[in-house]
Order: sequence, then C-alpha cells, then structure tokens
Amino acid sequence: MSNPEFSNPIVKWVDYRLPIFSMMHHELHEYPTPKNLNYWWNFGSLAGIVLGIMIVSGIVLAMNYTAHIDYAFDSVERIMRDVNFGWLIRYIHMNGASFFFIVVYIHMFRGLYYGSYKAPREILWILGVVIMLLMMATAFMGYVLPWGQMSFWGATVITNLFSALPIIGEYIVTWLWGGFGVDNPTLNRFFSLHYLLPFAIAGVVILHLAALHQHGSNNPLGIDIKKKGDTIPFHPYYTIKDLFGLGVFLTIFVAVIAYAPNYMGHPDNYIPANPLVTPSHIVPEWYFLPFYAILRAVPDKLFGVLAMFAAIAVLFVLPWLDRSPIRSAKFRPVYFIFFWVFLADCILLGYCGAMPAEPPWVLISQLATAYYFAHFLVILPILGLYERPVDLPLSISGGSPDDDAPAAQAAE
Amino acid sequence: MPDTAHETNDSHGDVDEGRRDFLYMATGAMGAVGAAAAVWPFIDSMNPAADTLALSSIEVSLAPIEEGQSVTFKWRGKPVFVRRRTAAEIAEARAVPMDDLIDPEADDERVKDGKDEWLVLVGVCTHLGCIPLGQKAGDAKGEYGGWFCPCHGSHYDTSGRIRKGPAPLNLPVPPYEFLSDTQIKIG
Repeated sequence: MSNPEFSNPIVKWVDYRLPIFSMMHHELHEYPTPKNLNYWWNFGSLAGIVLGIMIVSGIVLAMNYTAHIDYAFDSVERIMRDVNFGWLIRYIHMNGASFFFIVVYIHMFRGLYYGSYKAPREILWILGVVIMLLMMATAFMGYVLPWGQMSFWGATVITNLFSALPIIGEYIVTWLWGGFGVDNPTLNRFFSLHYLLPFAIAGVVILHLAALHQHGSNNPLGIDIKKKGDTIPFHPYYTIKDLFGLGVFLTIFVAVIAYAPNYMGHPDNYIPANPLVTPSHIVPEWYFLPFYAILRAVPDKLFGVLAMFAAIAVLFVLPWLDRSPIRSAKFRPVYFIFFWVFLADCILLGYCGAMPAEPPWVLISQLATAYYFAHFLVILPILGLYERPVDLPLSISGGSPDDDAPAAQAAE
Repeated sequence: MPDTAHETNDSHGDVDEGRRDFLYMATGAMGAVGAAAAVWPFIDSMNPAADTLALSSIEVSLAPIEEGQSVTFKWRGKPVFVRRRTAAEIAEARAVPMDDLIDPEADDERVKDGKDEWLVLVGVCTHLGCIPLGQKAGDAKGEYGGWFCPCHGSHYDTSGRIRKGPAPLNLPVPPYEFLSDTQIKIG
C-alpha cells in the first residue's frame, strides 16, 4: 500500500495513528477496476445502499412499534396514521424489502451470466449466498411483526416446515415458538432477531467486500486484468456511475412508494391476526414464491422441505458444479442459451408459487423444479466438458496483453 | 532465529509430542464442554416458559352441544374441535377399511370408550398448520364429510383422519378426560 501525501494537517495527524484515509485512498482511488464494467455492475453498491436505507428506516420504526400480540397491529396502524411521516417511513421499509430482493436477485443473475463465482472468486460468491439466506430470514421475521393475518399464518406455515424433520421436528418447532403455537413469545423473539440480523448482514457484507477487493471485480468479458490500460480507478469513474444508477433506482423506488405502496403486499395483512381462522389462500411475499413452488411441488412433506432448502444449498457448490474455465456467457454459446432458460424457469416457478396448489400448476411446478435442479446438477457439469467456447479476446483493451504503450491503444 | 530456537529446544531434550497433543486435546475438550454447558440456559430460555405451560389445560362443558354440531375451543393457543357426531357419521367412520387410510387408525381408538359420539381433535392441519374448515354449518367439509383444509387441499373424514391431500397424519386427539358425562378436561 503506497501511502498518499495528505495536505490537511488534521488528516495527516489522524492517518498516522489510524490509517483510515490511506485505506480509503487505497480501496477507492488506487483500487484498479476493469474499465469495461456495464450497468449490471451497479447492483452491488445499490444493494449496500438499500441495506443502509432498511437499517435507518427500521431503527426509526422500532421507536414506535410494540412487540406484543395485543398491541403490535395497532402500533403499526398508529405509525401509519399518527406518527409524523410514519406512513412514509413504513412504506419505505415495507417496499425497501421488496426492492432489496429485486436488486440482489439481479446482482446474482449478473454473477451467473458473467461467471463471477468462478476462481478465484468462489468465497466471494459463497458469502453472497450467505447474505441472501440472512436476508430471507430477516425479511420473513419482519413480515410477522405487523401481526396481520398473513403475518400470523406465514409464520405458522414456515415454522411448521421444521416439524417435517423426523423425531426432533416437534421439539424444534416448540422451541422456535416458545409455546404451543405462534404466539406472544414468538413475536417477541422475531422482533429481537429482526433487529439483530441486519447488522449480521452488514458484517458479512464487509467480508464480501474484503473478498471482492482481494481480486477485484469480474467484468463483462470475464477475462483477467492483463495490463494497466485495462483498468481505471474506482473513484471518480465508478462512484459517479454508481451514483447515476442510484438516481434511477431512487426514482423508481419513490414512484412505487408514492403511487403503489401496497402493490407488492397482500391485503389480508391489514386484517389483525386471528389464530382460529386461516385465510383461504396463503401466499408468501413475492421474493419467496419460487422456493415456495419447489416446496409444494414435492408431494411428501419432509422431501418438499428438503428440496426447498436444497434449492438454496446448491448455490453454495455452484463454483464446483460449473466446470467451464470460461467465465462470461458471451463466449459460451451453449451456456448462453441455458442461462436464459434457467432465468425463465425461475420466473415460471415464481408464477407457480402464486397459484393455488391444484392442476395444472402442481405438474408445472414439478417440471420446473426438476429443471431447476437439472440446470445445476446435470447441465452445468456436462457443458463444462463438451461446450466449445468462442475465442476470447487477448485483453480487456484489446491487442496483446504485454504492450502497455499508448501506440497500442491508438491502434485499436 | 529459527536455528537458535531449535537449539534451545534441543538443549531441553526432545519435545514429547504425545504429551503436548494430549494437553491440547484435553484443553479443547474441557473448553467445548464448558461452552456447551454455558450455552444451554440460553437455548432453553427459548422453550415454553412456566406461565405458558401453566395455561396448558382447560375444562369444557359439553352440555350445550347438539347432535351433529361442532364447537371450537381455544387450548394452548390452538383451536380444539369438539364434534358431537351423528350415528350416521360414526357408522361411516367405522365402515372404512384400514387399507384405505393414509395414516391407519381405527375410529374407536380415537374416542373414549362408550363415548363414541364425542370426537375431540386439535384443529390444526398436520401439513403446515392451517385451520381446516368444517366447524360451521356452511363450511366446506371435504369429500369425506369431516374437515377440509383450504391451504393445500387436505381432506379429513368424520373421524378426523387424513384421506386425501398433502397432510401426512390424522388430526391429533389431544390428551383429555371425562370429568362427568357433560364435562371434559383437555390437557
């Protein structure tokens, strides 16, 4: 790490004792970033910003929320009606969860398309999957807090998944509930964990960034940085590009909050929880629908639960299932097709998850579930062996990887 | 530097690797046991508390329940279905061959001796915990005249046994006893 010379004496004094300014200079200014990153690379920093928005809005909401079954629903309604700007902050938090998943899912499919999970970025990818799992747990517990009908019955169905485990299942479920059903102890612990987990996510995000900065970003060509001309400093080039993307994102986010704040929610959650009446059609939040479809596709309770968890677990071993040394789908003509089929399959699963569990949706879910697993366990390993890739460019800037002279750049 | 360290070791004779390993393992094992013992109170604190357990039995009067009627009581935060079955419903439940059942159980094992008309069930679907319909007069009772779970389509018969759908088990019979002919204690 080359230490920059700071002119400000206070910065100098601090940096000598705690080198935060050197670190920022190193990680933002010197940090070499491929010069060819496209807009799909905006979604990582965007996800970090949404996490910040969720933590800030959540802390403020917690100041007015009461985690008790008799008061929770009313305290949320009070936030909506009486607390200054409470409606705005709750709608930010509520829709922020959906947008967090939109951003992260795009970020993940970006990684799938450009092979960002391949060596040497396997741990970077795995940490990302850990973040997604923590997000799912956090979002699920947050949805329980308003204590509406969907909160209660969503919590009941999801916690009951664990009862599928042989022998210990019943004990685990009782332990999760702290009683004989979803009740006040459950609500209290969900609030406690819902407040805790975002900070755990922030911790894993720091590890995710540390792993990223070890080898730097992948890029649309999926080839390594060969020479200095392949890179530009992160700041100001990508800070400004990320800021532009943030502006576009915030425009859409604010439009939804202002004009369709309940579009992605479910009206039944504005009915207070009633443990004696189940809503006729229980649907999880949209971001869980593909996994919910996998759960329901398997007729056996235990194997349905196992399939659902396996759908996420398979992502952890993805770097070793995809045997192809070529990262970017641009140079993998067959993988390119299967990538889009897989994306369509995930969307189809999501659609099935929203439909009632009856014909023809059960059969469609089963076929889509089979394809989901086949993509990872059959197609990817076989493609790695038999696919003939298109010739890769020699370097990001073109030309030979050795010459770094301005003449070579001019010859492009 | 490494050379000097090596010589120092040599001057004390050979290192006893076996003894070093034993100390290492014993320390680790002791630490693991201690940590597990310290963690248990935190895990157990999430199990049902004493006051939650204290609320775990209720007494119910059967006197107002008419033949053919079902009534729901709340026990441990869950609904308990008490149905006073008609003779036809009892006969229907008893006529089913065991081979037709997903979770084979005879009807007379699910009621108290001599109290065939009283069926007491925990009204929670054994699939994923929804409340089946069938308690009210206008409810869908499913293809077997008992209960029907709207969440994922499980059908229960007039003995509360699972007959069709994704639920793996019959609706459970809670522990209960007759205190008199018209009074039961659940839990």
